[in-house]
Amino acid sequence: MTTAEPLARSATGNGGEPHVSPRDVVIRGLRKEYRAGQPVLIDVNVTIAGKGLTAIIGPSGTGKSTLIRCINRLVDPTSGQILFMGRDLATLKGGELRSARRTIGMVFQEYNLVERLSVIENLLCGRLGYMPWWRVFLRRFSEADVQRAFALLEAVGLGEMATRRADALSGGQRQRVGICRAIMQNPDLILADEPTSSLDPKTSVEIMEILERLAADRDIPVVVNIHNVELAKRFADRIIGMSKGVIVFDGPPSALEDRHLIEIYGGQGWLEP
Amino acid sequence: MSIILPGAAQPPRTLREAFPANWTVRALWLGLALYVIYAAGILQITWARFIIGLDQGGKFLGRMWPPNMQAQKVQLITEGMLESLQIAVLATAFGVLLALPLGLLAARNLTPAWASWTARALIALLRTFHPVIVAILFVKAVGFGALAGVLALVVASMGFVGKLFAEAIEEISMKQVEAVRATGAGFLSVLIMGVLPQVMARFVGFIIYQLDSNLRNSTMVGIVGGGGIGATLFTAYQRFDYDVVLTILLVIIAIIMLFEVVSTRIRRVFQ
Amino acid sequence: MTGVPVSSVAHMAVGTGITRQWQRFTPAERLGRYAVYLLSAVAIIWSLRTIEVIPEFLYDAPAQTYDLFERMWPFDWRFWPTVLSGLIETLHTATLGTLIALVLAAPVALLAARNITRSVALNQLANLILVSSRSVNSLIWALLFVAIFGPGALAGTLAIAFRSIGFVGKLLGEAIEEAQTGPIEALTAAGASRMAILLKGYWPQVEPSFWSVALFRWDINVRESAVLGLVGAGGIGVALDTATSNLYWDQAGLVLATIFTVVVLTEIVTSRIRSKLI
Repeated sequence: MTTAEPLARSATGNGGEPHVSPRDVVIRGLRKEYRAGQPVLIDVNVTIAGKGLTAIIGPSGTGKSTLIRCINRLVDPTSGQILFMGRDLATLKGGELRSARRTIGMVFQEYNLVERLSVIENLLCGRLGYMPWWRVFLRRFSEADVQRAFALLEAVGLGEMATRRADALSGGQRQRVGICRAIMQNPDLILADEPTSSLDPKTSVEIMEILERLAADRDIPVVVNIHNVELAKRFADRIIGMSKGVIVFDGPPSALEDRHLIEIYGGQGWLEP
Repeated sequence: MSIILPGAAQPPRTLREAFPANWTVRALWLGLALYVIYAAGILQITWARFIIGLDQGGKFLGRMWPPNMQAQKVQLITEGMLESLQIAVLATAFGVLLALPLGLLAARNLTPAWASWTARALIALLRTFHPVIVAILFVKAVGFGALAGVLALVVASMGFVGKLFAEAIEEISMKQVEAVRATGAGFLSVLIMGVLPQVMARFVGFIIYQLDSNLRNSTMVGIVGGGGIGATLFTAYQRFDYDVVLTILLVIIAIIMLFEVVSTRIRRVFQ
Repeated sequence: MTGVPVSSVAHMAVGTGITRQWQRFTPAERLGRYAVYLLSAVAIIWSLRTIEVIPEFLYDAPAQTYDLFERMWPFDWRFWPTVLSGLIETLHTATLGTLIALVLAAPVALLAARNITRSVALNQLANLILVSSRSVNSLIWALLFVAIFGPGALAGTLAIAFRSIGFVGKLLGEAIEEAQTGPIEALTAAGASRMAILLKGYWPQVEPSFWSVALFRWDINVRESAVLGLVGAGGIGVALDTATSNLYWDQAGLVLATIFTVVVLTEIVTSRIRSKLI
């Protein structure tokens, strides 16, 4: 894929870079209809920069989750293109899709750990995309992977919990494990679908700090769905606001004003006076 | 909790530490493998016998197919099947009826300990013996025929439904029962308004399950003289009329599949 | 049942006004319930009328029963070696049969689980196999296998195995369908292959149910294996058959007492292990 492609300007414009690198996620004409005639995503065009933390905000049901899940194809788009690392993710199938997926890490609202497995084993599940199944069966993970896993657990403060069962951990701890699992994939992109919605405010901040640090240390894009606008403004380098399946705001947090929030969320009663 | 930066010195940790060897589980798997080899030997299950058997099996299947559809056989089979159905219906009806008080008595949250223990012991006794064995005993007591079959399955039903019923009652919320008691209601009223509504939906499920089970069992009590299609099948078998045997098997399977469809419907009605 | 009212309020004209009467069930529900009650009543009455009861036998029953128990006691202990070897054979038949069934039922359960196998045709095929296996009693399976493999424990083991496939397969299939989708989604998103998702996503969730079902079925199979000998498929049933055919009720009594003891013991053992499983 050539690099010098003109960038489609979004509604509010952001003076974005004239060059698009393969590390950007370029979404063109993305459309998703779960039921015919009732689209959840309507011709979405956006380029997510290949670095930094991008937050997608908007009310429930507006398509944010669908948008993120289209990227790693947990949801299949009805039409459109998703360009990343020289491939159109929307058209991949089978082995190619798996090899694309293993480079994209995902963090879930409900953590989605395998509860009966140990914490360390959950982390090592991040390597499943890189291993033949017979090694999985025999648990023959490489020593290098195991070392990395232990190191990651230490880094997030869960070193002693390595051999405990995943369901013995608290919500915040589980989410940290989920993030580590995503990191184990050595991803080029991290997607996070409402990673803080099941957590208390203090833990939410801790998790967002980890994600922010991830984006900086590893120099990869981190895309986060979040409905807490304050957290978005505090941690994101860029905010994308969605309403009813279209993007209505695309810019830095400093440019996000009340009138934009009204357009995104509708109504005024919930804004602070 | 703050985030510790990576790079702090840690001792290297290995695969072995990640998956500590569980020697108990390994021993159990090994034991299982050894057992299989041992038991196969004891039972004289050798490969040679198996191969011979496969060959025999092929011949056997050949004699079964096509299934026998002659009019007189079909009539015999229909009679036998109807009798089995009747056995199943009656056994379920009476068995469930008797299981109700038995289950209530056996529930530890409703009755005093001595009553519940006796009832539980009785239920366990009723469940111990295979319906076929019970059928043999009843044949001795009341003679050959469907009655022995019905009685044998009544025993089995009482045991099974009684146990399920008792467990369902033990799982109810006693708070609702307390509330009804607090209104001054008598024991029976408490039962009807406090206990039964909570278990009724599951109870219907038990009845349907037991009817299904009795339907299956009624097809075999005939082998020992308890009436129904088991007798027809056994006679055909002993005469080497394997094509008739196949017809009977197909009929049994078809009826049971039909019943599964019907039972889903019935369950929904009582949802 | 969403969207269907669970009880109804009927409007009735009473006197000069309209009052509302509470009815426990909607008209549709009542119709359904009455239909079932009616059908049940008809079935019971029809069965009662057509079943043959020979009155003489019935009156004789208490005397016969007393006679039976009198003849059973005291047990004939010289019969014990036969009973013991039969018992051991029965236990092996039950265990081996259950193990074979587990191995054979696992792939069928995977085919029947709608979240793993998307093809409806394959689901139906798997369900057909499972229903057929369950519909045929182990005793009848034993008849078939005796005809093929000759009398003995081989026939009995296979009979137990083939009967158990339906039971185990159905419960396993249900357990698989009840697996949480969250972890599966996570592993899919990480690019794991189908096999890896089965091993690390489904199996850990299904494992407790697997062993629970296995134990449950083994318990039932011990009971079932005991009677297979009546049709020549080996085990303690052979001893029972010999005893009852010859009307040696004191030997039969010994056999029954042994079966009783073993069944009680296996039930205690299995319930202990099952409570430790989750």
